[in-house]
Amino acid sequence: MTERTLMGGNIAIAEGAILAGCGAYFGYPITPQNDLLEHMSQRMPALGRIFLQSESELAGINMVYGAAATGIRCMTSTSSPGFSLQQEGISYMAGAEVPCVVANIMRAGPGLGNIGGAQGDYKQCTRGGGHGDYYLITLVPASVQEMMDLTMLAFELADKYRNPTLIMADGFLGQSVESIVMREPVKKLPDKNWAITGAKGREKRLINSFEMNPLDHPKRIALLLEKYERMRIDEVRYEGMRLDDAEIVVVAYGSVARAAMTAIKMAQQHNWKVGLLRPITVFPFPYQPLSDLAEKGCKFIVAEMSSGQMLEDVRLAVGSQNEIKLVNTYGGVPLTADQIFEAIDLMI
Amino acid sequence: MYNMGDAIFHRPESMPDRSTHFCPGCGHGITQRLVGEVLDELELRERAICIGSIGCTVTSYIYYDVDGMEAPHGRAPAVATAIKRCHPDLVPFTIQGDGDLASIGMAEIIHAATRGENITIIFANNANFGMTGGQLAPTTLMGMYTSSTIKGRKAEQNGFPIRVSELLATLDGPAYIARVSLHNPANVRKARRAIEIAFKAPMAGMGLGFVEVLSMCPINWKVEPVDAPQWIVDNMVPQFPLGEYKCKPEVMGLKTVVKE
Repeated sequence: MTERTLMGGNIAIAEGAILAGCGAYFGYPITPQNDLLEHMSQRMPALGRIFLQSESELAGINMVYGAAATGIRCMTSTSSPGFSLQQEGISYMAGAEVPCVVANIMRAGPGLGNIGGAQGDYKQCTRGGGHGDYYLITLVPASVQEMMDLTMLAFELADKYRNPTLIMADGFLGQSVESIVMREPVKKLPDKNWAITGAKGREKRLINSFEMNPLDHPKRIALLLEKYERMRIDEVRYEGMRLDDAEIVVVAYGSVARAAMTAIKMAQQHNWKVGLLRPITVFPFPYQPLSDLAEKGCKFIVAEMSSGQMLEDVRLAVGSQNEIKLVNTYGGVPLTADQIFEAIDLMI
Repeated sequence: MYNMGDAIFHRPESMPDRSTHFCPGCGHGITQRLVGEVLDELELRERAICIGSIGCTVTSYIYYDVDGMEAPHGRAPAVATAIKRCHPDLVPFTIQGDGDLASIGMAEIIHAATRGENITIIFANNANFGMTGGQLAPTTLMGMYTSSTIKGRKAEQNGFPIRVSELLATLDGPAYIARVSLHNPANVRKARRAIEIAFKAPMAGMGLGFVEVLSMCPINWKVEPVDAPQWIVDNMVPQFPLGEYKCKPEVMGLKTVVKE
């Protein structure tokens, strides 16, 4: 199908979830993702699926936990302060190996902060976020098309690894409207022989993260860690742009990557050799491709709407030999192509 | 008539043969058994989902031969809500303590109740946080000594006990709300009947089934197990009067249904 349609970023997440067979949505209003919840409030019942507005983000994520434990695909969406509250349920789901999709349409923190778009939840998303040893595949779309496509992928990955999977997008992207190609709905959903469905003609099943015996708990965690290692090997995703002969590499994700693309085109008009490495997953992070570029002697510009949270990952990949500069905004202010171009100009 | 040699009292079939982790004289084992009897009677082995809570009821799911899962502290009503909304044929239930339900989980129970969720919640009230060593709970009685109120609960510091059944009964969503006690066999029988209605009403789509069970906690009350039932009568019942607080007219009909 090549039908094109005009769609908002948050709505594309909702429609992507519907295409992926999401059977239940639970959520709580918070700006800037309210249109996602409102869209689901109409679409899900119309499709005979479940929508429920929860009394809080805490209740919402635990509703997701309950529904997902029965084997159906389900999701919630929120924005940064709500995402903090959801860490409890996400940690439980990671521990109990229950898949779900959580879309975090980031706004500026800390605290109540500001409703402007931001990327300040990078560490919270890529380092587990809640209590305990766990990680979540974190997908970072950079277009409305990717809001849909990566949401569909998120459901696949969540089921593949039996783990919550994150869509991490900034509020500016959530509110962007672009032309996208509609996708085909997923026809066959995976069987889940672990789900609690009522013990009809079989032994009871149990979904929990609790181990009474302290000697058994490390064994369970070791299995989780092995799973995260498989993610690190198999699920790294990124896009490169003009990297072949690049002397300067801009590293950016989300809406900032779009500004970076414009900045690189501006640099190209000066015949400067500037490329873009755009992570599509930030856990697992594309350490290896960045490390390879560092080997070739590239210099790096990290562009992000935070104090420099992704910068730490780039430093881990690149080491101390290559020049790395941060160009950033914070507090809900968009980062523009001009600012990134200026950083390139200074480094040339 | 029973013949010589017939078993007249046995472990419910829905409960596997295992010992519990509860302290001597604790009421939870009785509550768990009453729920097991109801699961048997209503033939729910293949439909029930037991949702564990946090506290002494944390592993309530290991005592039933039905599917089960764990909920974070206070969130069992939210978990149960989602299961029931997605699978109306399933029968989710939970046993929550007073710390879990009346303290950290107050938002979840209030909202599940007001939405009229068709789930069953058994609320074990023993006036303290049992698992963590007997601290102040929202249900702790005035003047009661706990490990975090060593001079007794005082209004100026901790306010007053919450009467959860009365509070929930102000809402339109619940179908059935009762407070029962485990202090003697007659009241255990009443508790059993209330729990049965609390399963039947949501199964019939009438709304929340809720039973508050006044339950012995001798180890944290610092009384002998044998004296704990009387402690309920003397101290808890005056603060938490027994009885039905909500019974929708259509629920009345459930009480007279004779088992086939």
